[in-house]
Amino acid sequence: MNPLLSFGDYLWMTFAAFLTLATFSFLYKDNPLYKFAEHLVVGVSAGYFVIILYYGSLKTQLVEKLINHEWVYLIPLVLGVLMWTRFNKKLSWVSRYPIAIYIGIATGLAIPLEMQTKVTEQLEAMMVYIQWNDLLAGGFWNYTNSFAALLVIIGTLAALIYFYFSKEHKGWFGGVATVGIWTLMLGFGASFGATVMARISLLINRVQFLDQWRINSVGSVHQEGSGSYTAIYWVVLLGMLGLLVVDLIRTKGKTETDLN
Amino acid sequence: MKRQIPLALVILFGWLMLALYFIPLEGAQKINENLLDWTAIIGIFALALGIWSLISVNVDKIQYKKRDWPYSIVTLFGLFAMIVFGLKFGGADSMFQGQESYMFRHFFDDILIPIFSTMFSLLAFFIASAAYRAFRARSALATILLVGAIIVMIRFFPFIAEYTRPVADWIINVPNLAAKRAIWMGVGLGIVATGLKVILGIERSYLGRD
Repeated sequence: MNPLLSFGDYLWMTFAAFLTLATFSFLYKDNPLYKFAEHLVVGVSAGYFVIILYYGSLKTQLVEKLINHEWVYLIPLVLGVLMWTRFNKKLSWVSRYPIAIYIGIATGLAIPLEMQTKVTEQLEAMMVYIQWNDLLAGGFWNYTNSFAALLVIIGTLAALIYFYFSKEHKGWFGGVATVGIWTLMLGFGASFGATVMARISLLINRVQFLDQWRINSVGSVHQEGSGSYTAIYWVVLLGMLGLLVVDLIRTKGKTETDLN
Repeated sequence: MKRQIPLALVILFGWLMLALYFIPLEGAQKINENLLDWTAIIGIFALALGIWSLISVNVDKIQYKKRDWPYSIVTLFGLFAMIVFGLKFGGADSMFQGQESYMFRHFFDDILIPIFSTMFSLLAFFIASAAYRAFRARSALATILLVGAIIVMIRFFPFIAEYTRPVADWIINVPNLAAKRAIWMGVGLGIVATGLKVILGIERSYLGRD
């Protein structure tokens, strides 16, 4: 064991490594180890949110206000308690009152905020000065030049037109809608690629953690940039390729309906 | 009583919040903040409903020894342990130091984080497999999607990053931005339209049935 680590911390790290491997075991199939990790995380995360919401919200926004004699906060307290009438079938309609107030406040707040952030600020961001005499400043791939700004404006308008179904997508309108769907597909592709890379970063992190646990177990101190890091990337890459091959063999000759 | 009053409350509070947004007076902003506190408090009491439901479902499974009932013990243990270790009372010597306590930190760092991040990392495997099936270039549009995804995925690859990174950055900041902006505008207008329907009393599905 790594002498720099206390025995208690090492035991916790070992448990974390066990849970990591138990969760990874789902790659084979659903099994008792995975179910254990899954049920544990449900309970622990629920408990975590109870504590966070009590100390981070309920205590500061209700308990302390009532202690300071801000009696107006008795109203949300009563409304909150009324939510619990849902436990009683005869009285459950009473819970509509707090739900109605909640929906009213949330909706009234959302209308101007959504209009501001998702519509007007987006339109404002598109209103940039176009330098017609130097469209490609910094080269074609420079995404801050005026050409890129023009493409963003054209792409946004074209994608909006693609979502407009009150007019048939024919003629010039259909042509612009086609540009819109190309823009959307390129955007979806980029989002998908970014999501995959985010997941792979997490995967590398978990494998690095397991490697760190292995090194702590044998008692040496981990050196960044050592050969084990290169090995991790190969393990991840080969693991993913292996899974892909196994999955393709398993699903060979089956249609999407069979798989679903 | 059962439907009219809740409907009136939605309309009243909806228009009130909308009006408060446009009133730049200190008093109006104070009311606005108070009402936001109300929603947070009501939301927390609603969460208690969820926690109660979680407890009752699992106790029921244990009591009647339903399928996989031993795992319900694990769930309840995790829930109560986290709540107990997260409580804060007593002096500096007390073991109940809230979120600073040794056990609460380890439950978070060594149970929640490893399982959540492993679950999300599992998606890397499933995405790779699903992407192969979904991305086979069957049409021009699928090819565009495929090319966009591949360029973004290989942007940090050693040896070729010098060439792929500018292209990937351009895709993310130009066509991707245009697509996202159009979607945001559509979503924003959709939310505003639905919101108006709610505070005008046209949309009433949240009231449920009698």
